[in-house]
Amino acid sequence: MFTILKKQELAPSVKLFVVQAPLIARKCQPGQFVILRIDEDGERIPLTIADFDRAAGTITLIFQEVGHTTRQLGRLSAGDALLDLAGPLGKATHIEKFGTVVCVGGGIGVAPVYPIARAYKEAGNKVISIIGARNADLLILEQEMATISDVLYITTDDGSKGRKGLVIDPLKEMLAAGEKIDLVMAIGPVIMMKSVAEVTRPYGVHTIVSLNPIMVDGTGMCGGCRVSVGNKNKFACVDGPEFNAHEVDFDGLMARQKMYHSYERREHRCGGDCSCHR
Amino acid sequence: MPALRQPMPEQPAAERVRNFGEVALGYTEEQALRESSRCLQCKAAPCRTGCPVEVDIPAFIALIRQGQYGAAADKIKEKNSLPAICGRVCPQETQCESHCVLGKKGAPVAIGRLERFAADTQRQAGVSTPPALSRNGRRVAIVGSGPAGLTCAGDLALAGYAVTVFEALHQPGGVLVYGIPEFRLPKAIVQAEIDYIRRLGVRIETNVVIGKTLSVDDLFAEGYQAVFIGSGAGAPQFMNIPGENLNGVYSANEFLTRVNLMKAYRFPEHPTPVYIGKKAAVIGGGNVAMDAARTALRLGAETVWLVYRRSEAEMPARREEIEHAKEEGVIFKLLTNPIKINGTAQGWVDGLECLQMELGEPDASGRRSPVPVAGSNFMLSADTVIMAIGNTPNPLIPQTTPGLIVTRKGTIVVDEHGQTSRPNVYAGGDIVTGAATVISAMGAGKRAAKAIRAALGQ
Repeated sequence: MFTILKKQELAPSVKLFVVQAPLIARKCQPGQFVILRIDEDGERIPLTIADFDRAAGTITLIFQEVGHTTRQLGRLSAGDALLDLAGPLGKATHIEKFGTVVCVGGGIGVAPVYPIARAYKEAGNKVISIIGARNADLLILEQEMATISDVLYITTDDGSKGRKGLVIDPLKEMLAAGEKIDLVMAIGPVIMMKSVAEVTRPYGVHTIVSLNPIMVDGTGMCGGCRVSVGNKNKFACVDGPEFNAHEVDFDGLMARQKMYHSYERREHRCGGDCSCHR
Repeated sequence: MPALRQPMPEQPAAERVRNFGEVALGYTEEQALRESSRCLQCKAAPCRTGCPVEVDIPAFIALIRQGQYGAAADKIKEKNSLPAICGRVCPQETQCESHCVLGKKGAPVAIGRLERFAADTQRQAGVSTPPALSRNGRRVAIVGSGPAGLTCAGDLALAGYAVTVFEALHQPGGVLVYGIPEFRLPKAIVQAEIDYIRRLGVRIETNVVIGKTLSVDDLFAEGYQAVFIGSGAGAPQFMNIPGENLNGVYSANEFLTRVNLMKAYRFPEHPTPVYIGKKAAVIGGGNVAMDAARTALRLGAETVWLVYRRSEAEMPARREEIEHAKEEGVIFKLLTNPIKINGTAQGWVDGLECLQMELGEPDASGRRSPVPVAGSNFMLSADTVIMAIGNTPNPLIPQTTPGLIVTRKGTIVVDEHGQTSRPNVYAGGDIVTGAATVISAMGAGKRAAKAIRAALGQ
């Protein structure tokens, strides 16, 4: 059992847990994830490790309530425990001094971007971050990102905080202005990561995305998370989750993410009218 | 007049295809007694030479004959800690039973069915008591809780070692829990057998991915004196044909893991979903393909094709599984090789393009290779495709264990005792042989346990 030590609401439907998991805390690196199962009847879901404290033996998980399992998770409180937590899984982010790195986080994607951006900063990079959300209420980790970024841009779809627009807007401007960017790291909804890849492609700026396909075991034994990268099939759970954005088949990934939509609706009995699968 | 081999009572095909209950129902006491009376109690007992874990077969059958069913199970457990599993999934026809003297002129003694009877009867009576064990204070780590790891752990525990098994998934059992379906091997029985291993003093740590959570070197640093790697061959192969990433295409591993481990057949009470269309094509001819095809039927597919590139004679699946699949209505498309999966605009499978094959001349290994018949392309209107064309070893442990020598296929190199290129690191089962059988993995676990005892001493 893995005890939840702390619970915090970051935004409506976005929650943070600090979980006791000493073995995972000892080994995990930015870019890695865990698979969790709440209870005996639960499904296995992947969540990125958003932070860790090796001395305290804890990891931080941030999740958005989008369906049956994440809503059930959201109802847990400090003192409750998760039945299963396996990790750290996936390859760690390759961290070195590249020069100027732009870190882009969309929605809940800011959570996985944060430890990576911090590691880039600690490695001596100039870190320019762009974080965005649909509206001000949904924006998370603004303070944390500000602390570890040399420059921070904030965008919201409705203009309720920062610039009105998309996370790619500041990126487009920087590239158009000829700013020297050595690496772009983008994590968020697939459509956002695809747009970032299209923005950087003509400039030949190396761009990395962290993919979020459907997973079951997370250890390379089922291939449920396979994605086409450079026209070769890769298993995101062991070969990734980070890949060269200019080689990823984003349309294929988006189609595969919809595989269970009709089941997920049945499962949390919203009949498809809720906003959780927009 | 000699008694005839007692048939196994089974659920009728028309009924069982609508449920996940066990197909083979097991002997009644009367049937077991009648079958046990057929054993000639040979002094030489050639049947024993066919058992990879050296069960004293005549002795346990004699105990059944005397009505001492619990004692019969205990006799088996001296050599094999998982008799209810072996009695169900071993290919006895090529192992113990193939050596039975009665088999020369008629049907061999149904050793597997009797083993199952003894184990089931003991479990139902709930009287199994593990032997009293003295501890020698030596610690061994086992990587993987499939048949190889559990057997190695059970044997070492019986010899007095402090054993910890590390399992990546949330439930121990390996292929016994995620791969082999409920209707062939009920999971409650697997859990009962694993509980017996626990009662021998074995600790099982789930959710520990060796190579990620801990490395093999970490295990030595934590004080384990030997490590046995039984991590299996669980990485699925795909055909690398166009359309394999369409929705509705599964590896058999994913399909079976969703259904067996995650209980997707009970969705939505269990929240893991599994998609099954009306017409499913399962590619392959081994036991995994049979399991996937029969599972697809039980989930409600109206048509299930078994697509295999050779003929039925070359199928690696057990005869019994092939017969069961046919009785249940699986349609065999033999000498058929898929070349492309077609999809809809929304990215869902809507057809499987195949070529008709014919068997060519025998190759160097004596096997006749299938060769395509030119221009024989045809379509199966499948909406679900399940790839069951084999598994390869997961590279995680070799990649993170310096000095561990592996073959080009990714299997770990060992000597005849299961010793790897690293001192005090042993390996066995599918990680050494590539995908094979439950019982061969158990035999490997047993050999390694013997070698570990020789190396570390009692």
